[in-house]
Amino acid sequence: MGVENPLGENIITTSLDALVNWSRKSSIWPMTFGLACCAIEMMATGASHNDLDRFGIIFRASPRQSDCIIIAGTVTKKMLPVIKTVYEQMPEPKWVIAMGACACSGGIFDTYSVVQGIDEALPVDVYIPGCPPRPEALLFGLMKLQDKIMKDKNSFGSAIGLGERIASAA
Amino acid sequence: MAENNRAVLQLKEKYAASIIDVVEFRGEVTVTVRKDAIIDILSFLKQSLQYNLLTDLTAVDYMGKKEDRFMMVYLLYSISNKDRLRIKTSVSEADCHIPSATQVWRTANWLEREVFDLFGIVFDNHPDLRRILMTDDWEGHPLRKDYPLQGPDREPYKGRLS
Repeated sequence: MGVENPLGENIITTSLDALVNWSRKSSIWPMTFGLACCAIEMMATGASHNDLDRFGIIFRASPRQSDCIIIAGTVTKKMLPVIKTVYEQMPEPKWVIAMGACACSGGIFDTYSVVQGIDEALPVDVYIPGCPPRPEALLFGLMKLQDKIMKDKNSFGSAIGLGERIASAA
Repeated sequence: MAENNRAVLQLKEKYAASIIDVVEFRGEVTVTVRKDAIIDILSFLKQSLQYNLLTDLTAVDYMGKKEDRFMMVYLLYSISNKDRLRIKTSVSEADCHIPSATQVWRTANWLEREVFDLFGIVFDNHPDLRRILMTDDWEGHPLRKDYPLQGPDREPYKGRLS
């Protein structure tokens, strides 16, 4: 741009929205919350072989410190109020990942006691198919969520009280 | 053979009028008894014949297959004698009550709550007869044969459309 660059390569220019989005996507802290066999795969994803920590994804044991809830397993009608409470306790901005066939659609449990997809109760951002999905699938889903977070508009403005954050559709 | 089973011999002697049927199948002895004598018989089996462990207590729904719709099943085990016994008694839909076995084995408490929750059989003199698996505000009893599999508020599955 013809501008003198006295600081060399040590400076970049960006928008405030992109900076906020980048920091959010680089530190997705999911709620430690497993419901069924998907939770085993979720734990495997967090363990050393796949190592979610390298994406800044660190499981938190409190909804107050979480940005994301991974619905990892079958949601029964008896468990639904608990999940709703946990979701409501999470601070904004927050995201929901439906992991596995059960969380997406009820899966094989087409019965009276099972919620036929968590999207009946929570706004789902990413659906991960599989029964259960492999750790690679969960990783890919989380990376899709990162892409989605990067497309958010007005992230900085909403953080300082100017208007609403505009989430992208996909 | 079932006739030589120690419990069957004693029960036939003491409660002959209350015993409906004795069956042995693959070494498992099942005694079907009348409902009004069930607590007397269960107490006798525990006190006098050392059936001190109630392994399980459950029910079967024979809707449309038997005159009395439900069958209560008590699976007993004697730790000292290392033998098992199954006691059955029928419960009709019109009179869906049975005395609670909690006074004999305390473990019957939660097992009877489960049967009450899923079959709707009421246990008289139960100390705390509440639902145990379904939510408190649940309507109906899901293990009954006439309960719709996908719940009362949903269109039943009619097979694959394609």
